[in-house]
Amino acid sequence: MSLLAAQEQARLKKLSTPQRKVRSKWGAVLLYAIMIALGLLLLTPLFWMLSTSLKSMQEIMSYPPTLFPKVIHFENYQHAWEKGNFGRYTLNTLFLAGVGVFSHVLSNTFVAYGFAKIRFPGKKLLFSVMLGTMMIPSFVTLIPQYILFSKLAWINTYYPLTVPGFFGSAFQIFLIRQFFMTIPNELIEAGKVDGASHYRIWWQLMLPLSLPVIATVAIMTFQGAWNDFTGPLIYINSESLFNLQIGLQSFKGTESTQWHYLMAGSVIVLLPVVLLFFFFQRYFIEGMNITAGTKG
Amino acid sequence: MARTAASSQGSSLRRREAWQGYVFASPWIVGFLLFTAGPLLFSLYASFTNYDITSRMDWIGMQNYDTMFNHDPLFWKSLRNTLYFVVISVPLQTAGGLLLAVILNRKVAGIRLFRTVFYLPSILSGVGVYVLWMMLLSPSAGLVNLMLSWVGIDGPAWLTDPAWTKNAVILMKIWGAGGMMLLYLASLQSVPQQLYEAAELDGAGKLRKFWHVTLPMITPVIFFEIVTGMIGGFQIFQEGYVMGYNNDPGAPMNSLLFYNLHMFLKAFKVFDMGYAMAMAWFLFLIVLVLTLINLTLSKFWVHYEGGER
Repeated sequence: MSLLAAQEQARLKKLSTPQRKVRSKWGAVLLYAIMIALGLLLLTPLFWMLSTSLKSMQEIMSYPPTLFPKVIHFENYQHAWEKGNFGRYTLNTLFLAGVGVFSHVLSNTFVAYGFAKIRFPGKKLLFSVMLGTMMIPSFVTLIPQYILFSKLAWINTYYPLTVPGFFGSAFQIFLIRQFFMTIPNELIEAGKVDGASHYRIWWQLMLPLSLPVIATVAIMTFQGAWNDFTGPLIYINSESLFNLQIGLQSFKGTESTQWHYLMAGSVIVLLPVVLLFFFFQRYFIEGMNITAGTKG
Repeated sequence: MARTAASSQGSSLRRREAWQGYVFASPWIVGFLLFTAGPLLFSLYASFTNYDITSRMDWIGMQNYDTMFNHDPLFWKSLRNTLYFVVISVPLQTAGGLLLAVILNRKVAGIRLFRTVFYLPSILSGVGVYVLWMMLLSPSAGLVNLMLSWVGIDGPAWLTDPAWTKNAVILMKIWGAGGMMLLYLASLQSVPQQLYEAAELDGAGKLRKFWHVTLPMITPVIFFEIVTGMIGGFQIFQEGYVMGYNNDPGAPMNSLLFYNLHMFLKAFKVFDMGYAMAMAWFLFLIVLVLTLINLTLSKFWVHYEGGER
């Protein structure tokens, strides 16, 4: 009885195996179909931005719409670049991002070293206070910070956008500390035996060992500075000090629905981030994974 | 004798070590006092005054809070707008990110390319993306309504129709749901293979395996995404500022007036700083309560590997 059942089962299995294969082949086709369809759907907005930025306004408004521009209008970019003053804003943004990356890497690795590798009373308390600050919505401190900086007469300067970076940011300190914890203490002890101070160990031992996390933090900061809108919006009044985000916002105000110029402006602002992503994809994803590893 | 000398030398070493610890922590400590703790305390005090940054700062008790709850219809409007955005967009983004991750969690050729493509929209943000979507959603020249018309749907006026503005923003946010995908992918890949094999032995199909094995194992990440999604969602600001109809923040008819945008306009357009800081503290309270609720609820449905915590 049981033997018969087993035989029957084996027979069924034999029957079903090739079928399963066929089914999984169809499954693969289906999977690719879904992935390609979704991928195209997600890329469509970017393609449309590029295509629109090269069309004439007449072609944009024509029906039915054209997928590719009939005549390529590169001069849209020239118009946007000159009328939008994007050269100036790019330089400003690069300056802000450069100072941001420098200050964040310096201060956050420094503080993270203290939290990861030095014993001192109250460290646990300080560390949990620091984690707690990550929960505070930025708008809660935004207004009093504005008041502080206006009392310092820092309005319409870059100080409010750059100085705080030298005092560390909780999330990045946390991220770097997690990385530092994986570096064996024996290395630090060995450094100490050789007579190195903590400062030297931080600078000459830890930093070179931590390039992956430094790259992650640098890219994160660069992206943050590139996309910063609220900060410049409240602190900067002079057009000559605008960054790209505020610049594009004001360009949008002057061009209203001239989509070909507006899309050229958007491409100018977004393209560097896309390029950065393609070149340093690993570090974008690294940052996410370190974040992922911290809860669980 | 020698022992005390050694131990006193040890303790002085430890003191030096501790001192250095504070030196290393000092940038953050100073920054915390100057840019977080100080401003927090100041804004708490100022929320009970009529502070306007230039001249007055008189104690007016609970008046700002009273105005907020009882005499400012725009406060409620902005809170409702924000709640609508959070309640609709967070589940959609969470589900969208999870769906993308499940689709991409396979070992097939070219999968890395697909992951890159799905992730790409989420790294783009700021005014460039808002302007792009304003074009895509424009009723006359927009691609979205054109594509909808192919399937016989007469698309809405999106950013010009007060009933649809928030949905327009939500649609844009879903485009970037791939940002959440990475976390899900990492956690999907950490589910032990034996669990699936055991489930297969018990005769579980694909759906049941997902429901009874995968989902419980990745609840910590789902939980994390929901908490951060809600907290982040409550702070939506730029979209309402930039995408407002006719370059008017929050327009049309205040349908994009989100909580932080209302606070911002109070603080920086009419300089009612005291009132804005009262709003800021109320926001802080909301975020705190949300986090606590989430933490409490999570006990019932988040499964942590390795038992109780």
